[in-house]
Amino acid sequence: MEAGRFEHNTGSEEAFPVGMTITEKILARASGRESVQAGEIVRVKVDLVMGHDVTLPLSILEFENMGAPGVYDREKVVAVCDHFAPAANNAAADRIKMLRDFAREQGLAHYFEAGSGQSGVCHALLPEEGLILPGSVVLGADSHTTTYGALGAFATGMGSTDIAAAMALGETWLRVPQSLRLYYRGELGKWTSGKDLILYTLGRLGAGGAIYQATEFCGPTIEALGMSDRFTMCNMAVEAGAKNGIIARDAKTEQYLLERTSQTYVAPSSDHDAEYADTFEFACEELQPQVAFPFSPDNVRPVQEAGGVSIDAAIIGSCTNGRLEDLRIAADILRGRQVARGVRLIVIPATQKTYLQALKEGLLEVFAEAGGAVSTPTCGPCFGGHMGLLAAGERAVSTTNRNFVGRMGHAESEVYLASPAVAAASAVVGRLVHPAEVAE
Amino acid sequence: MTTLRGKAWKVGDNVDTDQIIAGRYLSLTDPEELGSHCFESARPELAEGFSPGDILFAGENFGCGSSREHAVVALKALGVSCIVADSFARIFFRNCINLGLLPVECPGAAASIAEGDDVYLDTASGKIEDLAKGLVFEFNPMPPFLDEVLAAGSLTAYVQKRLSERHAG
Repeated sequence: MEAGRFEHNTGSEEAFPVGMTITEKILARASGRESVQAGEIVRVKVDLVMGHDVTLPLSILEFENMGAPGVYDREKVVAVCDHFAPAANNAAADRIKMLRDFAREQGLAHYFEAGSGQSGVCHALLPEEGLILPGSVVLGADSHTTTYGALGAFATGMGSTDIAAAMALGETWLRVPQSLRLYYRGELGKWTSGKDLILYTLGRLGAGGAIYQATEFCGPTIEALGMSDRFTMCNMAVEAGAKNGIIARDAKTEQYLLERTSQTYVAPSSDHDAEYADTFEFACEELQPQVAFPFSPDNVRPVQEAGGVSIDAAIIGSCTNGRLEDLRIAADILRGRQVARGVRLIVIPATQKTYLQALKEGLLEVFAEAGGAVSTPTCGPCFGGHMGLLAAGERAVSTTNRNFVGRMGHAESEVYLASPAVAAASAVVGRLVHPAEVAE
Repeated sequence: MTTLRGKAWKVGDNVDTDQIIAGRYLSLTDPEELGSHCFESARPELAEGFSPGDILFAGENFGCGSSREHAVVALKALGVSCIVADSFARIFFRNCINLGLLPVECPGAAASIAEGDDVYLDTASGKIEDLAKGLVFEFNPMPPFLDEVLAAGSLTAYVQKRLSERHAG
């Protein structure tokens, strides 16, 4: 990627007037302003635009209808084949070909497809490739674009036509969101993770509890979380209706970026006197692994109160929990154990790099020895596309992000959302269990 | 300005876009094909009975979940031209504006109007009337910032205009 991707990379935090949140500061910078206020409509420059094989075909059609001569910057428009890739059927093959052709015609610097080098599920892949920087504005034709906020970026999902416009113009309009301050304190228990934190938070906020708002995750518990868990939390911010999720850049963010990019960036943080729509505090010491029951991610209860629901499938993967750290946790539980009779375990590393590293570490062998199926990276069953769908009456525990009616297959199937630890332990027992029931 | 008169159809809170069009159909792009699967499992009777002019009434957070624009395409193909909701999920709201499906935020309307009621909506006066019950609900006009896009007819037409201005400039 060319140097100087940022047009305002010489500023300092002192340049901002006091009293702004991190989200407001990013949007102020992107709109060429000193400051912005929540509720204002601003036109912002966009640092990165992403689409995938489900949403980008519609964008490409609209892009052509717009009469755009070309994308605004070939380094800043990213195409990822992940949902139905490797092509699950004839229609998917056509859609993927549309992306491949568009990427070639436009000379896109970043096109990703399984079997052609680096690839994977977009929200795991883009950060891993060093394409997401703190302080940047990222638009994705996918609701889980909120994931990138874990690196201190403003990242939000939009529909295909909005993305087509951004590809053509390099800008978009946004209403500056109010921010919710979500403060977490206390050390997490051995079997409690970022997934449990966000599920618990969704239970508190509700499915519409952060609608139009920025959710800012902060506090000692967040500071102690690794990047993988932070991505998981920002990924599911949208399940409360949030416009974006965001975590301020710190030493862990810097280390993550140091290993992946040489780009410079300016990473603002929230002022102490910034205004929030509301603040929620969470005491995390006693938090137990959580499970979201059908048919909403906010329908949450501790796993001990899950009533031992029996399962037919356990699915570990996705942009929510398909990272290397997630696979290590699952492998620790499954090592030397077998999947329960009648249960199907499907493990889907989120990216090619994750797959390869998991292979080198022997994690894939653990899953295979346990009786599980290991897939090449894909969104696959997470959205009901392919690679392990559910029949009528079947139940799955899944590390994914949504459990709506029919989300992973038949309208009469059920999905229970949980962490990799709970999914792996439940696969061994055949019902929803606390990981401590299986492993030390 | 739009006027509509038809039958009220009702759905609840937090209707997600998976219900509107399921994931397995997302490799489709043809509007008619997408429309034929709209609300297929969640509300089959709505999918079969909806007529142009009818109005869909919803509770909070309508269109939540996936950003799939296929949901708006499918609803339009079904004949839906206006949705009245207590609130909308933000991506879905933008998609509606961009594709010319009118989203009307009118808290409380859905709770008072029964499915099957004869309803009338007029964007000029900002009123929804339940002719069966004699109720009137008022809603605010679109925020002014969207006027430019709406005046162009669609986001695509708006961008065409912007690009031609750039070219001329």
